[in-house]
Amino acid sequence: MLDHLNKYLKKIIISILISVIPFSVYSEEKNIDFIKNNWSFDGIFGTFDRASLQRGYQVYKEVCAGCHSMQHLSYRNLSEKGGPEFSVEEAKVIASQFEVEDGPDSEGEMFMRPARLSDNFAKPYPNVEASTAANGGAYPPDMSVLAKARAGGADYIYSLLMGYKEAPASYELDDGVYYNEYMQGNKIKMSEPVSEGIVEYSDGTNPTKDQIAKDITTFLVWASEPHLETQHRMGFKTIIFLIILITLVYMSKQKVWSRFGPKTKEEEEDETFDKVEKVVTEYEGEDPKTFK
Amino acid sequence: MSEVKYIPKSKLAKWFDSRLPLLTLAHHLQSYPTPKNLNYWWTFGGILTFCLITQIITGLVLAMHYVAHVDHAFESIEHIMRDVNYGWLIRYVHANGASMFFLAVYIHIFRSLFYGSYKSPREVIWIIGLLIYILMMATAFMGYVLPWGQMSFWGATVITNLFTAIPIVGESITTWLWGGYSVDNPTLNRFYSLHYLLPFLIFGLVILHIWALHVPGNNNPTGIDVKKNSNETMPFHPYMVMKDLLALLLFLIVFLWFVFFAPNVLGHPDNYIEANPLVTPSHIVPEWYLLPFYAILRAIPSKLGGVIFMFAAIFILMLLPWLDTSKVRSAVFRPIYKKFFWVLVFAVILLGYLGAKPPEGIYLILSRLATAYYFIHFLILLPLLGRYEKTDPLPMSISDPVLDKPGVLDKAKKAASEYEGENVGSFK
Amino acid sequence: MSKEIKPKRRDFLFTATYAIGAIGVGSAIWPLVDQMNPDSSVKALSTTEVDVSSVEPGKTITVLWRGKPIFIRRRTKKEIDEAASVDLKDLKDPEKDSDRAKNPEWLVMVGVCTHLGCVPLGEKGDYKAWFCPCHGSHYDTSGRVRKGPAPKNLEIPKYEFVDTNTIKIG
Repeated sequence: MLDHLNKYLKKIIISILISVIPFSVYSEEKNIDFIKNNWSFDGIFGTFDRASLQRGYQVYKEVCAGCHSMQHLSYRNLSEKGGPEFSVEEAKVIASQFEVEDGPDSEGEMFMRPARLSDNFAKPYPNVEASTAANGGAYPPDMSVLAKARAGGADYIYSLLMGYKEAPASYELDDGVYYNEYMQGNKIKMSEPVSEGIVEYSDGTNPTKDQIAKDITTFLVWASEPHLETQHRMGFKTIIFLIILITLVYMSKQKVWSRFGPKTKEEEEDETFDKVEKVVTEYEGEDPKTFK
Repeated sequence: MSEVKYIPKSKLAKWFDSRLPLLTLAHHLQSYPTPKNLNYWWTFGGILTFCLITQIITGLVLAMHYVAHVDHAFESIEHIMRDVNYGWLIRYVHANGASMFFLAVYIHIFRSLFYGSYKSPREVIWIIGLLIYILMMATAFMGYVLPWGQMSFWGATVITNLFTAIPIVGESITTWLWGGYSVDNPTLNRFYSLHYLLPFLIFGLVILHIWALHVPGNNNPTGIDVKKNSNETMPFHPYMVMKDLLALLLFLIVFLWFVFFAPNVLGHPDNYIEANPLVTPSHIVPEWYLLPFYAILRAIPSKLGGVIFMFAAIFILMLLPWLDTSKVRSAVFRPIYKKFFWVLVFAVILLGYLGAKPPEGIYLILSRLATAYYFIHFLILLPLLGRYEKTDPLPMSISDPVLDKPGVLDKAKKAASEYEGENVGSFK
Repeated sequence: MSKEIKPKRRDFLFTATYAIGAIGVGSAIWPLVDQMNPDSSVKALSTTEVDVSSVEPGKTITVLWRGKPIFIRRRTKKEIDEAASVDLKDLKDPEKDSDRAKNPEWLVMVGVCTHLGCVPLGEKGDYKAWFCPCHGSHYDTSGRVRKGPAPKNLEIPKYEFVDTNTIKIG
């Protein structure tokens, strides 16, 4: 009976699978498709556009930094390789525009002083509670690793910045809540941060909404993965190296295994004899042990 | 072992070896006879050893920079990623290394299931292997808590809450695990301590696993016994070493591709948000390698039942050598088992997929079906197949050409019938 | 293929494989070694600016630089004269005072005994300057070793006067 079943088993299994797969692929969640951009940092050779990173920092400073901290970055990062690559002098000037707390001094008092390269980015609020209270109950998240902390990464951030729309008539929005196409649930407490001309770029780039959104997105991606360029470069070299090594090891392996080379004529004849003998015994039913 | 006894050449070596037989051990490892027909599915043992050592070394290094405190854990990870020389590389190798370790271990386990490597006389190897697997899951789970992101925190909360399902003592056990009334600093510290310890236990078990393997020797794709030290085996070094090395390097391409070009795809974005005990992420998913069990947990509509089934799904494997009563090891000669094997693979992958989906509607139905199949496969199908399946004839030896050329058997049958017809002349 | 040629080709292939493999292992080990070196946040702290406006002659302040104490002493006229008048032949580690103190009034040095790393005490010892309590090394008013097991003078860090009141160390 089981043998009979076996014949059809393959067909039964395959038809079950075919009937099940469409269900499992079907997803009930509303998947939001983010706006896709060709980012310079995408792909295995991806690098950052320095000018865009520098502009992005300007956007962060002038637009975001009022509410969003970036506590894991320090001013020296701005002059490090693979980042916006401001000169060390420029970075020092940037740092000195901010005040950070230091101390205690010889009297035991904490004091404020201009930031140095080694200091972390100054925070707009001393703690999460303060920022929650100041922002209507929704605290602006720290942006140090924001691009890695959101599904969709760069595309998500860009889409969100571009996604402010008039709410559909059916939507009821409380005061201080805005409609955004790309936000989960479409409600966001941040008012539209980016608009045309909200910053004036020192390098003369036209500050369109799209340009500003792209620059800040690029900056945030770098901030969350400051070694991305090294990572890509090293990765490419490593893979090339591995391919060379694999070729050599493959050839060596073949050489070593060739010592167990093809069988001699006699061995093959012996095997054929064994095989035939076995079949014969099977036919004669002399060895029921081995066969069921 | 049936090997030739090793006698060191020099006097000093003899002196040393008679006191601590390290040289004999080295010689044994070198000359250990392996069946020559092992295919590339057999290279995952070596790959797994590599994974374990990589995890231990990178982990050791990360521990030099990591701070196990709720206020500093997340920050110290960022410090590793940004400031420590090559810190990003080491952390990404460690994080993706865990995934690669599980990828390799799943292939290793399914290879064993396909070729019947868990059967007599290799039951002990199998059981030690499962213990390693269980410890791996515990280690991975605790390691995932250490970055103290949202998934770390809520994963730890959900998994430790499983123990509250135990009647009467459940609550106390959970409080004991936490060292408080919720997952907090004491929990993080003990998880760190245990995350550091368990890999060394795994390492010890790996040694036992290999030791237990070296007693009966390797199984092989035919599942039939090989004659040791015959032309059916070849010494481990250099033959298997070269082959394992080649496979390892190919595996490394996949591994390092993730590390350099997609280091976060196997993780969850929410774990880059620092833990917040006041806000639960919209859905909590464990790392991909734990998803099948997570799906089983959620498929059962009762809290205690879910926990029981989830643990049963692992422990049932311990009984596998006795549940599968077939005398034939390899699925190559078990036409029906072979098909059910692939159904099992599909069911487990499906469970993994469902574990990442919300437990509702069609997902819930499917995960119940797949869970049911999982248990039916081991508890009902395997014992029945052992009794009723008609297996294909086994070859005489692993070098029997029946294996690689299916047509040969028919040829031989024809030759045999001619032989019966006294036509001796047409032999060969 | 004749038997004489075969082993040679093999040898070359194996040597090449070993060599490339060794490069691979080496480059995999390097990150594991280099991660123990000072990281970029530690390196960024390698300069400190000190305001010395409040230091009176004959007083020393101690500041922390790279985790080590730095002695900044505003020397008195007497100390400067003493330091300058020493015959170099009497010194274990001959160094002119003018080489050690760019501005003779200010002596800036790492307060770590060159013997085994203890912090010497100020205004103590045979020269009423620095004395290391661990193994009894005596230093003079220029921080030069005069007695005891220390092999070298107290180290002078890289420093400069940013303005009359501020010293930048590092």
